[in-house]
Amino acid sequence: MYFKLKIWRQKSPEDKGGFQFYELDDVSPDMSFLEMIDVLNESLEIKGVEPVHFDHDCREGICGTCSMFINGRPHGPQRGVTTCQLHMRSFNDGDTITIEPWRARSFPVIKDLVVDRSAFDRIIQAGGFVSVSTGGVPDANEIPISTNIANEAMDAASCIGCGACVAACKNASAMLFVAAKISQLALLPQGKIEAASRAENMVVQMDSEGFGTCTNTEACVAECPKEIGLVHIARMNREYFFAKQSSENISLR
Amino acid sequence: MNWLSQTLASSLGKKLIMALTGLFLILFLTGHLIGNLQLLKDDGGQAFNEYAKFMTTTPIVKILSYLTYISIILHVIYSLILTINNLKSRPIKYAVNRQSENSVWTSRNMGILGTLILIFLVIHLRSFWYEMHFGSIPTIAYEGGGQIKNLYLIVVEAFSHLWYVILYVVSMVALAFHLTHGFQSAFQTLGLRHLKYTPLIKIAGLLFAILVPALFALQPVYLYLKNL
Ligand code: SF4
Ligand code: FES
Repeated sequence: MYFKLKIWRQKSPEDKGGFQFYELDDVSPDMSFLEMIDVLNESLEIKGVEPVHFDHDCREGICGTCSMFINGRPHGPQRGVTTCQLHMRSFNDGDTITIEPWRARSFPVIKDLVVDRSAFDRIIQAGGFVSVSTGGVPDANEIPISTNIANEAMDAASCIGCGACVAACKNASAMLFVAAKISQLALLPQGKIEAASRAENMVVQMDSEGFGTCTNTEACVAECPKEIGLVHIARMNREYFFAKQSSENISLR
Repeated sequence: MNWLSQTLASSLGKKLIMALTGLFLILFLTGHLIGNLQLLKDDGGQAFNEYAKFMTTTPIVKILSYLTYISIILHVIYSLILTINNLKSRPIKYAVNRQSENSVWTSRNMGILGTLILIFLVIHLRSFWYEMHFGSIPTIAYEGGGQIKNLYLIVVEAFSHLWYVILYVVSMVALAFHLTHGFQSAFQTLGLRHLKYTPLIKIAGLLFAILVPALFALQPVYLYLKNL
């Protein structure tokens, strides 16, 4: 397959950056999108051109690092997949493919397609700890949890922190991500103990990182590679409002 | 900042205000529509004029009307604050962005729809609300009642102009689209989402968004045609 690639190149966070055009021939339809970039980078290196920098790690859809805004959508045209799981057969021979970094005030570009997503880490940190008993190893299934709740907590836990929700959202809102994290622990008995302060602190941190505010367009849900649902945002809202009127944390920012 | 103002200043707090004021305005629309339907009666405007008097003189309605003014103002101010902040959250736009692949147009353009509704509201209030409260409206006497303001006359006069009727119909289309997103969105923001009830809320929202603006739009069209 033959492709024309229009890729965002930016030397450093301070650099203005701009699009560069490349052509690539003999691309196998079974290559993953990242493999296609690998091939491009090899050819660039031979020519003595600096390869395109991009984030990647597991290449099997579980780490969430492979952030690329492809032809106007995070992780490209396919639903429910990350960039590493996207294959070139999803495109037509001769297509022009535009590749951009995630765009958000809270995700500054480091280089080319690599963005700094440590705002997510700080939100997780703000969530604090989960109390656990440090005694002997508890028996399996000692705490009864209904299958529905366990499944829903598992759904929330499948969030890989990729940031596609922020990238897709017209407001660059991180609410789907934060909701997944709050929801996952709020559903389980182990997470209930600190549920109120967790919701309060994570929302405060989310706001201070400069993400936008959700307007329920549902773009995040459509683009999330793990198909995290809106039900989690609703739960986050409940958790937060409930925490606000019931907790005794009155000295928060 | 104390905990309450901190809550209301947070992202979720601002959304809460948008949702609550929006839902209150939905209630207001319902009440306003019931009153307006009096215009369809073929009684020379008596029922409508009596309704207009009731609306401007009854204490409980007064309280509700102040709540409505406050809701409109808060809804507009908070939407501005949120929109400005949301625009700042993405200082560099995408070169290619296929938003239509992941969301519906109305949900992304509530601000534009809201602005159209606000412009309409200013014109609408100037024409009727202002006249009723501060203008000099001719009065009319009905059996068993004293002299009351004949707002019906003003309404009929206004809707004898075709451009004015068109303005109303177009504005009601904007309102309809605003409501298709806003109605169900308010419940989502409040955290009211449930496998059983959310589908019902969505259907109710869609019906409301179609029926209420359609019935509102019917009044000017009806009066225009009637007095041709
Ligand atoms: S919610 Fe979905 S899109 Fe957002 S970070 Fe988690 S996995 Fe990625
Ligand atoms: S590289 Fe790990 S999810 Fe794509």
